[in-house]
Amino acid sequence: MFRSVEMRNLFLAPFCIWAGIFIFVPLIFIIGYGLTDAEGNFTLANLLMIFQSEFFKSLAMSIWLAAVSTIICLILAYPLCLILVERAKSAGLIITLLFVLPLWMNSLLSTMAWQTILEKNGILNQFLRMLSLPDLTLINTGTAIVIGMVYNYLPYMVLPLYVSLSKIDKRIIEAAHDLGANTLQTFFKVTMPLSLPGAISGITMVFIPALTTFAISALLGGGKLLLIGNVIEQEFTFEYDWNLGAALSIVLMIFIVLNMALTLFFENSHDEEAQ
Amino acid sequence: MSKLKTIYLAIIFLFLYAPIGVLIAQSFNASRYRGHWTGFTLDWYASLFEMESVLDALSNTISIGILSALIATILALITCLALRDVSKKWRAMFMSVANIPILNADIVTGISLMLLFLGLGMKLGYGSILLAHIVFNVPYVMLCIMPTLIALDKSFYEAALDLGASPFKAFTSVVLPELRQSIFAGFLLAFTMSADDFIITYFTRGAGVDTLPTEIYSELKLGIHPEMYALSTLVFFIVLIFVVLFAMNRKKLSEEMLQ
Repeated sequence: MFRSVEMRNLFLAPFCIWAGIFIFVPLIFIIGYGLTDAEGNFTLANLLMIFQSEFFKSLAMSIWLAAVSTIICLILAYPLCLILVERAKSAGLIITLLFVLPLWMNSLLSTMAWQTILEKNGILNQFLRMLSLPDLTLINTGTAIVIGMVYNYLPYMVLPLYVSLSKIDKRIIEAAHDLGANTLQTFFKVTMPLSLPGAISGITMVFIPALTTFAISALLGGGKLLLIGNVIEQEFTFEYDWNLGAALSIVLMIFIVLNMALTLFFENSHDEEAQ
Repeated sequence: MSKLKTIYLAIIFLFLYAPIGVLIAQSFNASRYRGHWTGFTLDWYASLFEMESVLDALSNTISIGILSALIATILALITCLALRDVSKKWRAMFMSVANIPILNADIVTGISLMLLFLGLGMKLGYGSILLAHIVFNVPYVMLCIMPTLIALDKSFYEAALDLGASPFKAFTSVVLPELRQSIFAGFLLAFTMSADDFIITYFTRGAGVDTLPTEIYSELKLGIHPEMYALSTLVFFIVLIFVVLFAMNRKKLSEEMLQ
């Protein structure tokens, strides 16, 4: 596109400056705060605070709830995407649009609507009473947070999975059937391995925000269940211990890097198998 | 089997639309409190236009959304044009750097930008929110533009140059029309991401400046103004109308193409 390398580099320069200031320097700031104490001296004490029981419990709880939500999203999304792909020709556009439309409702408000549904005298329990069934205690529990996470992040699982399922050649599935595989065998031996890249990017896109959210847990956990995101938020806005908050953010970054490395590893091994 | 699939779709849609139904119902509920239905009213729609805090947040959300999407689109376009001529390895590296703000957790991106702005002695407010939104919007737009640009045949542009067009003229009349759709998609995606962002805005905003999500969050403790439900319902139906128009248009187009 460009006549000379100089011209190309001129176009590349704004982004380089931009990335320097707004991508690299902020990371240096957060690492700097995390590895120093209030006087600015180097210390690992804040980073090691993660092993203190209250912080460690929050982290473990966050990992557990994020993992459960991710698995539920995966289990819900597979049949959904298979049906959407199958119906892509006839009613696909409308179904897809119906699926994207809820994203336009502010996510904090719809999460709060879940509060109205799940609370003690909420819509769900009123409905259960109408059927003379016992009440469910959901609000302010891990279950409520998981429902909120699945609600908010399901689209992030569906979109990549849908794309990679729709790329599968239908004749491969037909061939599996012709060779005597039943529906389940075809799914586990053919469809699932072929859609693995979509599933993996879906898992990353659900797990990371679920692990680090503080809004969903604040709304549906009732302040009783503190996730690691809530702890960090409190350090910055309430306790004013920025060094500790930054150090806990570094711990989150370690998880993100691990997750990305795992994704790359799976993608590479998948590519090699495909070749 | 087909029935089973329809039931499954119905359950998923019930799950997706249940809270939206609740919010719409609340916008017509005479009671200020959640979960208590005391009668139908349109009062909240009328008083919405007198709620300054909500209207301010709305105008901030829209203006930050448009400005950040616009600036991000320009920066992303310039960068993608340059990256087209870079080797594959370097391009992948640039793309991964660009993606850091969205691959990182929102809370980490938000906090790190807040530390940067304060470290530079900037006052947190409208400007810092706008900058932060551009930071996370650039990669979204790049992800939309880059694939189309790579697939673009270079020889058309070169032919235009050989026929005597200036590089600028060749760009606007040959390359830009091909990119129009992805640029538009990128802009729209960026606007959506900006309008719905809560966490990054929460950390980079200053006192007195709110977007809709942060306004909602600060209202949560004292109870949401019912006007907020009215506003969200309005937004939802406006988008719904656009989506229906788009779907009908698209159907008509594909029918025309078949004929």
